[in-house]
Amino acid sequence: METFINLIYLIAAALFILGLKRMSSPVTARDGIVWAGVGMVLATVVTFIHPAGSEDFSRFFLINIAAITIGGGIAWVTGKKVKMTDMPQMIALYNGMGGGAAAAISAVILIQQEYSHDIIIQSMAVLGALIGSMAFSGSLIAYAKLQGIMRKTYRFENQQLVNGLTFLVVILLGINLAISGSDYSMFGLFLFFVLALAFGVMSTAPIGGADMPVVISLYNAFTGLAVGLEGYVLGIPAMMIAGIVVGSAGTLLTQLMAKAMNRPISNVLFSNFGDSSGEAQEVTGSMKEIEASDAAIQMAFASKVLIIPGYGMAVAQAQHKIWEMTKLLQERGVEVKFAIHPVAGRMPGHMNVLLAEAGVPYDIIADLDEINEEFKNTDVALVIGANDVVNPAARNDKNSPIYGMPILNADYASNVIVMKRGKGKGFSGIENHLFFEENTRMLYGDAQASANKLVATIKEL
Amino acid sequence: MVIEGFVALYIFMLAAFTGYEIISKVPVILHTPLMSGSNFVHGIVLVGAMIAVGHADGFWQSAIAFIAVVLAAGNAVGGYVVTERMLEMFTSSKKDK
Repeated sequence: METFINLIYLIAAALFILGLKRMSSPVTARDGIVWAGVGMVLATVVTFIHPAGSEDFSRFFLINIAAITIGGGIAWVTGKKVKMTDMPQMIALYNGMGGGAAAAISAVILIQQEYSHDIIIQSMAVLGALIGSMAFSGSLIAYAKLQGIMRKTYRFENQQLVNGLTFLVVILLGINLAISGSDYSMFGLFLFFVLALAFGVMSTAPIGGADMPVVISLYNAFTGLAVGLEGYVLGIPAMMIAGIVVGSAGTLLTQLMAKAMNRPISNVLFSNFGDSSGEAQEVTGSMKEIEASDAAIQMAFASKVLIIPGYGMAVAQAQHKIWEMTKLLQERGVEVKFAIHPVAGRMPGHMNVLLAEAGVPYDIIADLDEINEEFKNTDVALVIGANDVVNPAARNDKNSPIYGMPILNADYASNVIVMKRGKGKGFSGIENHLFFEENTRMLYGDAQASANKLVATIKEL
Repeated sequence: MVIEGFVALYIFMLAAFTGYEIISKVPVILHTPLMSGSNFVHGIVLVGAMIAVGHADGFWQSAIAFIAVVLAAGNAVGGYVVTERMLEMFTSSKKDK
């Protein structure tokens, strides 16, 4: 029986790896998640005949069925309902649940003291509890921030010192749990969990919303690691493999995201955004407005148009109209492409998801490295609700907080049209030099309303 | 299944390399679905949570294990649903024409 169960776990682990592999290409990605899903169903079903439950099978069966129905049911409904724009925080929430589950498994093991004299297993259980707890509470904070439930960033003097001390105490409590056999008190164990959860909250609360994608990705890797450790504690290699694969993949993904945002991970976690030294350059010139009809004509008679969408477009739900406009332009023989900055939207790749939802095929969507050379030969660069990712200050102004961040070189295009809701500054509060350039025209108004006007004008031509 | 210390280290090491290899070739357009997909994969914690229910004695341990299964099932099911929804939408213009 046990051999059979382990065989199924082995197959599940293989399906996870193959599934993730297939997810790394847009052509096979859809199959990939299905493969991984089959692996998950197999592993879950076979666990019902696991020897751990044979002692009191009806209790084992009922508790598990009830819990899976509740947890899975809620997740199913929320997952089906969530809007594509809200995807990042939903991923954070589901990830936090995984971390919480890993921590709770550790809690049961540590309360039982079943392995308390095996120092390695006990240490791994403690470590899994610590990492899982941090991923749980930290992800909940990340969710609250992106969902807009928690708008403030909480900072106070000596915050890093307080966080550091808390972490130190957690580590000491953890070491005590690991090495003192079954001699530890339940109060010490309780305190360990409370402080580990508190540390997750305290270390995430001061981080601004713009940095959240990196944080979510990091906690995703954390949960993976915690799950891998629990796999060792419980003696289930499939959990070890799946957990560690996600742990390492997540770490790499975190690095890629941080690099795309030009924010080293240490900066994201330990410093505050916008604390730059020196005065930012004064902007000269003025912003020049353009009417929607003129903008439409300019694009209709261009030979090449590059569209740079930002989160503002998604908020205004303008992507469907923009795709309609793109098709009209294509019919007139205009070459249209979408240029996506790695952090467009709320996390890398988020904008691609939003465009895909509107029906834009992925082969006319290009990322920064592919497209940046093409701006020089572009007649019109249309910037929709994007700001920092096209700010030339990142290239030329050493004192700008975003200096050094890779940007899309929209300013190299012959004409730039910026669709923007109002004259204010963007998400990060940094003045955008592009908006004041000689070849830039501003098209003010709600992105969807403006897109409607653009479509109407092009149709009449 | 009892796993000897060094065998565990080998498993961890090989799994870490595997994860690194898989992700290093992923195009940026798939970063969000992939993060969501990997988020789904660590939903395997569900298996561990279910086994913890088997190990648990008495009310409090059972309650904690129950919560573990609820959370883990949320991770697995939610992760699957949102990833599938995202990947379903990716289409190529070549296929359409």
